[in-house]
Amino acid sequence: MTTPKPRVALFVTCLVDFFRPTVGFSAVKLLEDAGCEVSVPAGQTCCGQPAYNSGDRAGARALAEQVIALFEGFDQVVVPSGSCAGMIKTHYPDLFSGEPNWRLRAEALADKTHELTSFLVDVLGVAPLPVTFEGTATYHDSCSGLRELGVKDQPRRLLSAVDGLTIKEMHDPEACCGFGGAFCVKYDEISNAIVDRKVADVRTTGAELLLAGDLGCLLNIAGKLKREGSSVEVRHVAEVLAGMTNGPAIGETRK
Amino acid sequence: MSGGLTSLSFPKNAHAALANPPLLKAIAHIEETLVSGRRRAAEALPEFEALRDAGRDIKAHTLAHLDLYLEAFERKVVEAGGFVHWAADAADANRIILDICQKAGARRVTKGKSMITEEVGLNAYLQANGIAPVETDLGEYIIQLRGETPSHIIAPAVHVNKEQVAADFRRVHTDLDPKRNLDEPTSLLAEARGVLRERFLSADVGITGANFLVAETGSTVIVTNEGNGDLTQILPKTHIVLASIEKVVPTLEDVATIMRLLARSATGQEMSVYTTFSTGPRRAGDPDGPEAFHVVLLDNGRSAMLGSEFEDMLRCIRCGACINHCPVYRSVGGHAYGSVYPGPMGSVLTPSLQGLEKSAHLANASTLCGRCESVCPMRIPLPKMLRHWREKEFERHLTPKKARFGLAAWRFLAARPRLYGLATRLGAWGLARLAGRDGALRQVPLAGGWTRWRDLPAPEGGTFRTEWAKRGRK
Ligand code: SF4
Repeated sequence: MTTPKPRVALFVTCLVDFFRPTVGFSAVKLLEDAGCEVSVPAGQTCCGQPAYNSGDRAGARALAEQVIALFEGFDQVVVPSGSCAGMIKTHYPDLFSGEPNWRLRAEALADKTHELTSFLVDVLGVAPLPVTFEGTATYHDSCSGLRELGVKDQPRRLLSAVDGLTIKEMHDPEACCGFGGAFCVKYDEISNAIVDRKVADVRTTGAELLLAGDLGCLLNIAGKLKREGSSVEVRHVAEVLAGMTNGPAIGETRK
Repeated sequence: MSGGLTSLSFPKNAHAALANPPLLKAIAHIEETLVSGRRRAAEALPEFEALRDAGRDIKAHTLAHLDLYLEAFERKVVEAGGFVHWAADAADANRIILDICQKAGARRVTKGKSMITEEVGLNAYLQANGIAPVETDLGEYIIQLRGETPSHIIAPAVHVNKEQVAADFRRVHTDLDPKRNLDEPTSLLAEARGVLRERFLSADVGITGANFLVAETGSTVIVTNEGNGDLTQILPKTHIVLASIEKVVPTLEDVATIMRLLARSATGQEMSVYTTFSTGPRRAGDPDGPEAFHVVLLDNGRSAMLGSEFEDMLRCIRCGACINHCPVYRSVGGHAYGSVYPGPMGSVLTPSLQGLEKSAHLANASTLCGRCESVCPMRIPLPKMLRHWREKEFERHLTPKKARFGLAAWRFLAARPRLYGLATRLGAWGLARLAGRDGALRQVPLAGGWTRWRDLPAPEGGTFRTEWAKRGRK
């Protein structure tokens, strides 16, 4: 008797949907290769984090209800972002502290929601299909994934199996990149000072590729590198793991 | 608030700080001193994480029974022959302290390093009433000479470099031999020592803060690295301790537990150089100590935090670790905040002290990266509390109109998946067209805050949802 495939829903995230569908397709490939049956529920938009971090609790709750209703029927929910996964896992239950019914549903969803690399390593425990990527990369630990969900070794473990890839660590890979959602435009000058330090740290590694698991940070760091005329490429970790690196890197000229 | 900066002008203050290379150079040192110090100290102590739990629990327990422990503390101080005064706010505290000084006929008071006297504005108040306060901690002494306020809670002069200090000493210590070498931190220290020694001896009253108040014994505790605190409280005839109510802990044992966290989190030292316990005035047969011992217990908004979503903040032991690890503080330094307490702990505390209206920006000027919470020895959920302030701001309609409008528009769309799909499809297509083959945009309408400093990577083209649907997938 074969065990039925786990029914996994992908929460694409609004940034991946808008800026970088390749990350979504990479996640689907990784999940399918690992034996999951993947769905992408139509009707998904955003997890509500922008409202939550702006103090708009009611707005965040409305979107959380939408996400809960859409995703609670699946066995597992996977998110290619530590920030959005963290929102669902650690903050949704908090949003419904006064409403026991919704709170239970939020907790149930939180329990089965996972950041992508953590799902592959901690839940499935499978090695992705072998891929090759020649070069040296450095890995930026995105804040929410790292500090809310404990995502640190998982992406590095997966990357260590990529043929031809060397990882060179930054002096401080856990330092914030300065994105911070609305922060990066509200306090743009400070945000710039922070991403400046991040980019300097990237540069000292000599790596030609920067990887991370969150598109917010990646857009910020890539944007800064491009502005400086740097040749360092920037990609989401899922792209490398899935071998979907034929297209241009983030912010890179199309061929 | 140095140079009269306020929290309301935070972005302008930050702009000025970012254009001040000596300041940026000075605060960059925090990385190799305080941050790496803490990391080494934490790694060297296997039970460090368990100690953090224990510290948190001690403080949480005390806060749950704060009235009880404060009364016990008061009884013990009185038993030991000291006096306890209760101050509801800053004005109260200042009045009480002035009164004690006047009754003691004081003209000059020495001070140990204390943020709480900054909070109540004691120096200016004493000065206005004809009493000269002399700061005796080297960092505090330096900024007093410069007419500034501390830019950091444990390293008040962290924003100043040694060349600036040498210049200040030559300006103020007028009898200083111009040939005297002041190139090294040690020679600066010796110079300050020489001047301060004489002041210690001529002071009538010594004022210190307290790192702990011990309910079991009625002791107040200070930790310092220079020993100046000891001279401040032992030499004058009167010793006044000003401390806020949440400094109390039940027992000496509790002090010992939290002490193991304090210096490690602050500087990476296992212990500060001096740890001094004061219990009442000098007793018959004591070799030294003050003749009168006063403790002024300050509330100043703290009791209102009890039972609120900000209660956890009262666990703070003022180690400064959250400040040292904050990417925003590390970019602009402490004065830009325009508040007595800078960095994450300051941004949580300040609205409670001075009101939310006067504290605009503080809770928002954070990426919520969470590093503060990850290093806080008391495990205070700082990002969560910053977000609580943002919620209060939003509830009270203090959030700027533009941000509110943008949020409402985005909310409207995000709650309507079909419309959202259409809007994002158009947006992604439009931006991709605008970028052409470039892959990144140097300028985008309405996104000036982003593109002033960095390119905006262009969308790939179609949204994921459209591409997915094109493949006939669900
Ligand atoms: S909030 Fe925590 S880390 Fe910050 S000063 Fe207080 S105890 Fe230290």
